[in-house]
Amino acid sequence: MVPLSYYLVLSAILFACGVTGFLIKRNIISIFMSIELMLNGVNLSFVAFAAQWHNLSGQVFVFFVMVVAAAEAAVGLAIIIAVFRTRETLNIDQVNLLKL
Amino acid sequence: MTENLHLWILPLLPLAGAAINGLLGNRFSRNLVATVALTFSGTAFAWALWVASRFTSLETLPHVETVATWLRSGDFHVDYAFSLDQLSLVMLLVVTGVGFLIHIYSVGYMWEEGGFYRFFSYLNLFMFFMLTLVLASNYLFLFVGWEGVGLASYLLIGFYFTRDSAASAGKKAFIVNRIGDFGFLIALFLIIQHFGSMDFGKVFDLVKPLPAETSGAGFLTAIALLLMVGACGKSAQIPLYVWLPDAMEGPTPVSALIHAATMVTAGVYMVARSHVIFEHAPSAMMVVAIIGTLTAFFAATIGIAQTDIKKVLAYSTVSQLGYMFLACGVGAFSAGIFHLMTHAFFKGLLFLAAGSVIHAVGGEQDMRKMGGLWKKIPWTWITMLIATCAIAGIPGLSGFFSKDEILWRAYQASWAYWLAGVFTAFMTSFYMFRLMFLTFAGDHRGAAGASHGHEEHAGHGTHLGRDESSREEAPASHGHGHGHGGIHESPWVMLGPLVVLALLSIAGGWIGANRFERFLAPATGTVGASSEQSAPTTEPASLPQVPAEEHGNEHLMTGISVAAALLGLGLAYLLYSAKPGLPDRIADALHALYTAVANKYWVDEMYATLFVKPLIGISTLVFWRGVDQTIIDGTLNGGAAGARELSDEVRHMESGNLRSYAGWIAIGAACVVAYMVWVGTK
Repeated sequence: MVPLSYYLVLSAILFACGVTGFLIKRNIISIFMSIELMLNGVNLSFVAFAAQWHNLSGQVFVFFVMVVAAAEAAVGLAIIIAVFRTRETLNIDQVNLLKL
Repeated sequence: MTENLHLWILPLLPLAGAAINGLLGNRFSRNLVATVALTFSGTAFAWALWVASRFTSLETLPHVETVATWLRSGDFHVDYAFSLDQLSLVMLLVVTGVGFLIHIYSVGYMWEEGGFYRFFSYLNLFMFFMLTLVLASNYLFLFVGWEGVGLASYLLIGFYFTRDSAASAGKKAFIVNRIGDFGFLIALFLIIQHFGSMDFGKVFDLVKPLPAETSGAGFLTAIALLLMVGACGKSAQIPLYVWLPDAMEGPTPVSALIHAATMVTAGVYMVARSHVIFEHAPSAMMVVAIIGTLTAFFAATIGIAQTDIKKVLAYSTVSQLGYMFLACGVGAFSAGIFHLMTHAFFKGLLFLAAGSVIHAVGGEQDMRKMGGLWKKIPWTWITMLIATCAIAGIPGLSGFFSKDEILWRAYQASWAYWLAGVFTAFMTSFYMFRLMFLTFAGDHRGAAGASHGHEEHAGHGTHLGRDESSREEAPASHGHGHGHGGIHESPWVMLGPLVVLALLSIAGGWIGANRFERFLAPATGTVGASSEQSAPTTEPASLPQVPAEEHGNEHLMTGISVAAALLGLGLAYLLYSAKPGLPDRIADALHALYTAVANKYWVDEMYATLFVKPLIGISTLVFWRGVDQTIIDGTLNGGAAGARELSDEVRHMESGNLRSYAGWIAIGAACVVAYMVWVGTK
């Protein structure tokens, strides 16, 4: 039996990688992937706790997250394509129309 | 049920005139403005005469008519109430009568001035407040009139507001009066605190049973002294007299009406009205008498060395007001009011005649540049001579009777008052006849046929721009002297009031001080020599029986004061008519004294150094720079600047850069997590 802490440490590492990628990557696709990484890091901790406490709520929650993430991916990719069509770049630093 | 006299109409008539002229007057022709002003003030006078005719049929005195409740707070209430008794009747007739005459005179005097309607609007406004003052039935209502006449006085002194000196003279009068009003207000608060009412009748009924404060000063003395402070401001007594001479910046009819005949006597009226309080505070009475004597004396000495015709009259007014306060101070309130009345006649006349002289010589006010005018303006000369004889105390004229009565009562109180009074009478006679000789006798010393520019009002026509256009409207009676210069007699619209006032100055005294005193007795009490009657509660009113030997004394006193008057006349003749070089040599010989007197003892300068400059300094440094600019403005501007600085910093967070937003979110999330960890492990 792998101890709970191993899962949690892995989950934290995945989440940190996601955050770091989110912050330092300029490409929108990479950022998008970093978000998925963060979500799955969290999912891992949910599943780990569910297995530890023999409670299915955590696993059900993970399914919900995955559904939402899939929907988000569909919408997000559509937005990315729209952005690329209008601005011909995927560099996030140049997508700054909201700047005052 | 006593007859309803509708006293409220009296003040409202001139108020209506003021409102009509003030609001619509700039669209009226001069004739219409004059008609409105004269109609309303004349009707007020007629109403006052009618009231006087009904006076004897009144069953209860004072006759109080309450119009409405003004304010109410628990048991304390103040009404719009008018009261009429002998004292206010005398004041009523003086104010409306002399006021009406001066309105008539002003039509002629002000005809060519700009702001004609404004002048009459203010003049009517003054009448409104003055009538409120004399008819008020409680202290607070009286105070409304009191402040109102101060306002009208301010507006009229500063009538030629384009002249800096007039504007600052107006401010000076207003501010000096504020000092007096401060005392008056405190007195009112004390009255409310101790008697719970402002009503004259109630307050005096509560005061009467109290013992007189002969030993030690209590709250009655405090009230009396504070009332006297108010009276000092309004009636130009030491130490607050300095505004009155400056008030001569106003048009001459204003000097006659407000600063000689009526408003400045309000203080005397108020003291006489409060005589019950004063009689219970002998030490306050003594202060009143001493202030009156000193003022009479010092103002007279200053009057001797003045060269401006109106300034002489101004100091003379201060001096005569001193007499009135002397009378009040020795308990002879009715004598004070008697002198008030005769003074209104002859001093009003003096000012109007001086205005006529100024008018005749084209705005010149310096007596040294006049002279020999009696042939050119005989009517002005005759009437002014009568007034001069009256004020000097030449027997047979009104001033003689009233001044003599005051001196006699002063003598009964203390010989010191009497001595100062007689010496003042001598100086009065001297400076008044000096004025007469300088102005009317000898040869003309000014530039003959000076252009009729009303120098006094130079640069004044510009601000309204009506002068030129309305000159065609001038009636024939007035147009004769203008346009071709030269010294000319005033039109009859100005001479008429002079003649009427001259007749009053002659006849006014023949009422007789004793008859006048008996008439006023219910309103002012009949205290004899106050020194013997320091406890007025002991003896109900009955005229003191004067022993025969005192009658002899009285004749002797009369003789001495007449001699003083004649001596003054003779000395003035000697110095200013017979030997014209002598005054300069005397001035040289008494150089220090003369300089001090000619500079009015440097009182203005002293006040400037002692009070005005420190006040301006403190105000500038502490209140303006310190409190206002640093603290108040600093707080406000600092708050605004701080908000702007902070916003400027925070603004940079909103960069539009997605990754910086993400960074902020991450930092925020990290903070939340750190907090939760910290809370969880604690």
